[in-house]
Amino acid sequence: MMLQLSGLNAHYGHVHALCGVDLAVQGGEIVTLIGANGAGKSTLMMSIFGVPRASSGRILFEGEDITQLPTHQISHRGIALVPEGRRIYPRMTVLENLQMGTAKADPTNFQTDLDRMEALFPILADRRDQRAGTLSGGEQQMLAIARALMSRPKLLMLDEPSLGLAPLYIKKIFQIIRELKRDFGMTVLLVEQNANHALKVADRAYVLQHGRIVLSGTGAELLASPEVRAAYLDGGGGH
Amino acid sequence: MAQAIQQLINGLTLGAVYGLIAIGYTMVYGIIGMINFAHGDIYMVGAFIAVTSFTLLAAFGVSSVPFALLAVLVVAIAFTSVYGWAVERIAYRPLRASNRLAPLISAIGMSIFLENMVQVTQGARIKPIRPILTGGINLFTQGTFTVRLFETQILIIVTTVALMAGFTWLITRTSFGRQQRACEQDQVVTKVLGYNVDRIISVTFMIGAGLAAVAGVMVTVYYGVVDFFIGFVVGIKAFTAAVLGGIGSLPGAMLGGLIIGLVESFWAAYLSAEYKDVASFAILILVLMFRPTGLLGRPEVEKV
Repeated sequence: MMLQLSGLNAHYGHVHALCGVDLAVQGGEIVTLIGANGAGKSTLMMSIFGVPRASSGRILFEGEDITQLPTHQISHRGIALVPEGRRIYPRMTVLENLQMGTAKADPTNFQTDLDRMEALFPILADRRDQRAGTLSGGEQQMLAIARALMSRPKLLMLDEPSLGLAPLYIKKIFQIIRELKRDFGMTVLLVEQNANHALKVADRAYVLQHGRIVLSGTGAELLASPEVRAAYLDGGGGH
Repeated sequence: MAQAIQQLINGLTLGAVYGLIAIGYTMVYGIIGMINFAHGDIYMVGAFIAVTSFTLLAAFGVSSVPFALLAVLVVAIAFTSVYGWAVERIAYRPLRASNRLAPLISAIGMSIFLENMVQVTQGARIKPIRPILTGGINLFTQGTFTVRLFETQILIIVTTVALMAGFTWLITRTSFGRQQRACEQDQVVTKVLGYNVDRIISVTFMIGAGLAAVAGVMVTVYYGVVDFFIGFVVGIKAFTAAVLGGIGSLPGAMLGGLIIGLVESFWAAYLSAEYKDVASFAILILVLMFRPTGLLGRPEVEKV
């Protein structure tokens, strides 16, 4: 098992944001977490990095307990996050943003990895010396994904990568997630409100509601489930 | 005309010192969003370390001026940056998660503590050093007025320009500089990407303190005297320089320092030497009223 959360509880101020979450991701899998706004999806992603710190429960990564590890060391274990809202560094160039993705990476790999990212996202090569804040939303999302990949992670976590993007970019993002799995055997934990797309790409999926996992199964099972259809797909719940 | 040129030289010298200190204010504000009110006293501590080092060197019979200056700079930077580190570690880091006012109050406490510590350990009296650089160049004479460029002024301006160049290189071109700017823009993401943000903040305080130490050494050489209270007024003027340039902006801090130094020199020469401090504080009030983002600052809200 690559990532295993067991009985995870987390609080944001006085809000009990995660209530005993059990979730597992195996190597090479795409696992999707769907749920309505405010269900605790982003909190779950961030709590893996210890922001906020889990109030109880355990997080295992490749068998190691990382629950209390300092945030910056968690990424050194091989987990990379594409945060909600992209959060690229707007006042840095595209190249500097990519350099920031290489905290613990071997510097001799930099050129290879940069070439690979620019092949995957040609727009980043064109915009290399431009300030990242001037990119469009879709371009910024590409940059955020590339920045995460620069660390050569074992586990890539994407938080709402399609949020607020034009349909063309949404298509492109899900296509890239597929390619990462197919070509590099990347393990992906994906959080999405766009349940239809997300479940189609997923090997397995979980449904989070008010901080609890209420359903889980393969992507196809959840896609066919009447509860999921009613709440997240046929125009209800998430949008 | 001759007097104006003399004031220009004096003002640039003074401005260089303010600029060096202002960088410390603006860097700390940029990275953790607080005004480090103890920074002026860090500069004062730097000046005292300079006095002690000069006295010790003289006692050991060191007579080479370049060697003495270099040694004192190194010692002052080393010790003062440890002070900067300790102030952050003791007074600010434990309060980082609390409301914005708490570290500000803690900073004022730190400021009072440092002043009193130096007063108790070094005495309340003005401490002089033996003049180190006394020479100068007579540039030209107009009537009875001779425009003079002192060796100390050359030292201050050249050192400051070199430091600013090195510092700009550090921030814009090196990996540490990139991490520092990243922390200014998004600390959580910087942590998640694998950087030790606490360490970056510590180093930022040390760099700010190191630059203030250089200012302390320069002022010691320039005026030849220090006392435990010099950090207060100079600190507020350097803070004004940082606000005038745009708090958070590094080129702004340098520009603001120069402007404050020039305004003060000209004000003292042509208007009133007794009320020269009024000039800086009037600028502070006017900037806060009419252009809170300063000359080179950016608005708080920005399109992302």
